[in-house]
Amino acid sequence: MGMRTPFAIISGKGSIKGGTTHFWHQRLSALANIPLTLFLVWLVARLAGANRSEMIEVISNPLIAGVIVLAIIGIFWHMALGMQVVIEDYVHSEGMKIFLIIFNNFFAFAIGALSIVAVLMLGFGG
Amino acid sequence: MVELKLPTKSRPTEGKTWPKPDGSNIQEYRVYRYNPDENQNPRIDTFYVDVDECGPMVLDGLLWIKNNVDPKLALRRSCREGVCGSCAMNVDGLNTLACTKSADEISGVVKIFPLPHLQVIKDLVPDLDNFFAQHRSIEPWLKTTTPAPGDEWRQSEAARMKLDGLYECILCACCSTSCPSYWWNGDRYLGPAILLQAYRWLIDSRDEATGERLDNLEDPFRLYRCHTIMNCSNTCPKGLNPAKAIVEIKKMMVERRI
Repeated sequence: MGMRTPFAIISGKGSIKGGTTHFWHQRLSALANIPLTLFLVWLVARLAGANRSEMIEVISNPLIAGVIVLAIIGIFWHMALGMQVVIEDYVHSEGMKIFLIIFNNFFAFAIGALSIVAVLMLGFGG
Repeated sequence: MVELKLPTKSRPTEGKTWPKPDGSNIQEYRVYRYNPDENQNPRIDTFYVDVDECGPMVLDGLLWIKNNVDPKLALRRSCREGVCGSCAMNVDGLNTLACTKSADEISGVVKIFPLPHLQVIKDLVPDLDNFFAQHRSIEPWLKTTTPAPGDEWRQSEAARMKLDGLYECILCACCSTSCPSYWWNGDRYLGPAILLQAYRWLIDSRDEATGERLDNLEDPFRLYRCHTIMNCSNTCPKGLNPAKAIVEIKKMMVERRI
């Protein structure tokens, strides 16, 4: 390793000719999350103090359940993309980096799927 | 993982306090010292500079020290007017050129360290080999397929003006070494200086290799490690804005993708 030239070191394995889609999707999901998060905040405030049957009545409205599902997708998608960048920034051991990136994706999909199922169950009457 | 503390052997210790000269106008300098031949930790030496006997800039102070106190003090310098970029170092907590930084702007002690997060060769001399290899990797010259015209490649005045704010970069590395992303991933991330240079060639109206240049840059590490922290634009001693150049490259990437 010590005998490699600086140019060989910085050239590494070359450019992957990618990354723009990740960058673009991160911005896109951030943009989508502005109205979706505001909607969620409004909904939580609106349902404050409501009992279970009142809550089920509101969430069984397909428009409201649909937006909640969109918010879940938007937020977990953005979280997974952002978390991957943080892992790439700070974790330099290749094995640990790959493990964390896999875990990050599985975690986001799992929690996202569970959240969506929960909303649908409530939406269909609990 | 990223390391927030320096390795044990790299942590500076209290160094030597050099004799105070006679004189009424004395400024205290605390300077990072490291000698690879001594097998000791780096140390911070204290010098006293007779301000009335030397020029007004920090570089003048350092050269006064070298000429009058300790000739072994190692630093790079050449033009002494902000054109060559050799005397880039961390002065009073900010990367800058010692030759254009006025010592009387600094209240109290003048603290001087080498550019951050590079291997130190000796004292204030960092190893810039990787930095210059990265510059070479972006092929910083005009690339054309069309046979060269007999006289010159023509460029409109408006197209030439697009290079203003870019061509002035002197590759002093102040910006790149102020960037936390470059600290953590300097072997893969090109850093602000090199990306500013890359953009200079991307928007040169005479260049015919834009696509090839974008291909070479499009990488999660080479380009997208920039998180718009803005240390680069804050520290540039030439008043340039590398962060904006990087944003423009990202815009070009998105434009050709969607």
